[in-house]
Amino acid sequence: MADSKTGGAADAIDVAYVARLARLQLSTEEIETFQRQLNSIVDYFKAIREVDVDTVQPMAHAVRVQNIFRADEVRPGLDRELALANAPVHLDDQFSVPKIVE
Amino acid sequence: MNYDVTIGLEVHVQLKTRSKMFCSCSTAFGAEPNTQVCPVCLGYPGALPVMNGEAIRYTVMAGLMLGCKISAYSKFDRKNYFYPDMPKNYQISQYDMPLCLGGSVDIDVGGQAKTIRLTRIHLEEDVGKNMHFARTSGVDFNRAGVPLMEIVSEPDLTSPEEAQAYLVALKQILLYAGVSECNLEQGNLRCDVNCSLRPRGTTPLGTKAEIKNMNTFKGVFHAAHAEIRRQTELLAAGEKIRQETLRYDPDLDITVPMRSKEYAHDYRYFPEPDLLPVVLAPETIQAWADQLPELPRQRRERFVREYGLPEYDAQVLVADKVVADYFEETARQAGNPKAASNWVMTEMLRQLAAQELEIGQAKITPRALGELIRMAESQTINSNTARQVFGILFAEGGEPAQIVKERGWGQVSDSGVLEAAVDQVLAANAKSAADYRAGKKPALQFLVGQVMKVTRGKANPAMVQAMLEQKLV
Repeated sequence: MADSKTGGAADAIDVAYVARLARLQLSTEEIETFQRQLNSIVDYFKAIREVDVDTVQPMAHAVRVQNIFRADEVRPGLDRELALANAPVHLDDQFSVPKIVE
Repeated sequence: MNYDVTIGLEVHVQLKTRSKMFCSCSTAFGAEPNTQVCPVCLGYPGALPVMNGEAIRYTVMAGLMLGCKISAYSKFDRKNYFYPDMPKNYQISQYDMPLCLGGSVDIDVGGQAKTIRLTRIHLEEDVGKNMHFARTSGVDFNRAGVPLMEIVSEPDLTSPEEAQAYLVALKQILLYAGVSECNLEQGNLRCDVNCSLRPRGTTPLGTKAEIKNMNTFKGVFHAAHAEIRRQTELLAAGEKIRQETLRYDPDLDITVPMRSKEYAHDYRYFPEPDLLPVVLAPETIQAWADQLPELPRQRRERFVREYGLPEYDAQVLVADKVVADYFEETARQAGNPKAASNWVMTEMLRQLAAQELEIGQAKITPRALGELIRMAESQTINSNTARQVFGILFAEGGEPAQIVKERGWGQVSDSGVLEAAVDQVLAANAKSAADYRAGKKPALQFLVGQVMKVTRGKANPAMVQAMLEQKLV
């Protein structure tokens, strides 16, 4: 899962870049604060590197359960009014969002 | 300079499940906006996805039909992006452990056979649909969460013609597999086209651009041509191709960059913690493999071998699975595959084409056509009558015997009835009978004609002739 666009070392998080991906507008101060906080979190997790995991298979999940499936059956969901009630704005039975471009 | 073209396709196929991939909302097409939604597909906090087992089975069936290696262990991942067609801000997809790997599709372009390799098939959820208004955009989440199988090809296609042939062949196999309706009008099959050029004869692939979201095969064909033109002009002007995402404008017949996808290539995939891995035992995969139908190619070969049909006829019949199924059932009912093939290929396909119908829309059942064929073969009715009866069955349905009876079209082969008619004719035409006995052979045909007249054309002519010859010795 290595990515060329993470910016900087593989184990650092480039807050400014990630914020741009996530459409978040952060001030310079916020970026510095979050960068410092996230770096310290990442440092904390680096303790895992001390453990020898050579013989351990990567896990997709922490519980040893697999193959949880549903039958292909239709059940009613939410009424439209109820679904749209949580939206800040709706128009013509649709969730309204700022104008987007293709 | 001349360039070699390289095309790879990512085809998104909507599986024919009744419910969505991770929740029980309906997948039915054409519902009012936001009427097939629930907390899961609307991305409410705390709502948990549960996999639709049928979607897994369909994907594996498609993989088996396409010769893929089925993964014993696969998992789902989150593909993160920020665009209001997904309420969760990620799409559940499969990143590094898809359900199927490898496989291939055989195509034929201009008599040239070629095998197009597949990279992988993974399963993911569809996104919502955006509508653009004057000052805002609207989102309909009915489609969000519908299971999509993404079939990724290797860059083995070298022309828009090959790309189109690949899509036609792939669709035929998916229809045979019975995993998707493949209805293009309803967006069941959508396609991203990766296209690059490189100087003729060189090996390293050029920088590729991706045309997003094509929903017709013709569209793919034209878009690929337009993109090849665009890249050729850029390269000729000494410019570099940028790796970017484009859309095709069919009115202007050009490809144009999509602004929204500028940063879209960094999806930061990570394992979906809300879903558990899929582990498929060899016995499970084998049980599904045992349910697989024949590939179109295998069926064509079998039609030639088993029914003694000419290669061309077999090819026409298997092109559409529903037609091939119809033919086989008709052949079984008629007990005569050659006659069944003739009727399906001539009368049936002609009428379908003339009235622009699918075979499923014709009122005539394989049982009725089988019976009609038996009646024609046993000469209960003559061939003209049989075609007339076919026309009625095609438009209105019903039972051939009933139609023939109601209209008094049956051919009379009852020797008692025929003998009475023959005796009547002989009594009324003593001179012709005498002429025949005296050696004037043509007189016999006159007498046969008279019997046909008396029976209003329904007498079995061969029986009448035999009967006259016997009586006039």
